[in-house]
Amino acid sequence: MQLEPKRFADAIALFPHGRIDHATADDFRAALTPHLASCRAGGDRLVLDFSAVEYISSVGLRVLILASKQVKKQGGALAVCGLQPVVREIFEISRFNLVLDVFPALREALARLSPPARAAVDTV
Amino acid sequence: MLVRFWGTRGSIPVAMSAAEIQRKLVTALVQGAGRGLDTEDKARAFVERELAFPIGHTFGGESSCVEIETGESDYVLCDLGSGARRFGNSVLAARGPAGHRFHIFMSHLHWDHILGFPFFMPAYLPGNFVRIYGCHDTVEAALRRQNSAPTFPVDFSRMGARIEFVRLEPGRQYEIAGLSVRPKLQRHGGDSYGYRFERGGRVLVYSTDSEHKQDDPAEVEAFVEFFREADLVIFDAQYSLADAISIKEDWGHSSNVVGVELCQLARARRLCLYHHEPVFDDERLATLLAETQRLEEITRARAGHRVEVLAAYDGLEIAL
Repeated sequence: MQLEPKRFADAIALFPHGRIDHATADDFRAALTPHLASCRAGGDRLVLDFSAVEYISSVGLRVLILASKQVKKQGGALAVCGLQPVVREIFEISRFNLVLDVFPALREALARLSPPARAAVDTV
Repeated sequence: MLVRFWGTRGSIPVAMSAAEIQRKLVTALVQGAGRGLDTEDKARAFVERELAFPIGHTFGGESSCVEIETGESDYVLCDLGSGARRFGNSVLAARGPAGHRFHIFMSHLHWDHILGFPFFMPAYLPGNFVRIYGCHDTVEAALRRQNSAPTFPVDFSRMGARIEFVRLEPGRQYEIAGLSVRPKLQRHGGDSYGYRFERGGRVLVYSTDSEHKQDDPAEVEAFVEFFREADLVIFDAQYSLADAISIKEDWGHSSNVVGVELCQLARARRLCLYHHEPVFDDERLATLLAETQRLEEITRARAGHRVEVLAAYDGLEIAL
């Protein structure tokens, strides 16, 4: 899975797409892992823009929670944004909306994580 | 087969408080005001047909105990939680004190699954036969220890029924009490075992106290196979998925989300949420059921298969 990273000042946005389920979760994990190391105190903020994700299963959600745990240990910040209605419902039913920082759209996520990144996104 | 739930709560038996009962009564009376409920029949019909489940009923608070009625004279149970007390008393009340044969399958030996045995009256009465099956090598020791000082005043040796223990091996198929039975090892502290029961082309899976980490595709596939085309899967859904894989990881329980996914993959017919979180009240459990039904609905097209989602409550009967 290609995550097509985009940098906005000190934040990196990733754009997964399609379905994240038993068949694709390993690819998602492999694509996400290289971006986690720099997401630490004083390092990059990380935003996962889910606006092109159609579905996520428990296996995909597990990848997210493991990433969030790693980033928290490093003192970094990770957020998710742009959930499609079905994915938003899955987040709510699984209570992932309570354990991850979830925002309506990329701008809101960047605004919370990094004002410079929020300013940078307006110039794109 | 008929499946009857005598205990559906996880971890510890619970009872409603006076305040909770009062809240139900107040809500019911307000909803029934001006409805002419001046006879018992009218009031009962109103409660059964018009009140929402968490107002007119309760999920109950007994811990794990499920009866499988096979149509034969022997009784079959899964686990000896506090629900076993009421089950035993109902047998004695309906059929007299002796001459009963019980086959009891133990998922594991944590307190909430064994604490009904000291109050299982048929075990004290001569003329009854109790055979207890399990995959742990400590089933007999655990039950004897529970029925002894200092935890209980009546020693195991005072139980007058003939009591036998039979060790099963996971993965093997057995023919017991008219059922074809296959145990399966599950992830839980000290291990637990699920059971797949088959009879007359109908399949029941009892799978409680089972954590699904979803990190091993082979393990996922093994559970899909265990649940394959079951008519009913009784599934440990004590935690939310977020809790199960974060703050409550390795606590040995699963979630409604994983239950739906596994039943969809296995093309099971019904999923029954079980081993309810003891801190959840009836409204919270009803919400959990509604959310799980919604999850099944929004993922049904992708799965290509419909799974009926139910939530167990003490007294629920499901015909297979």
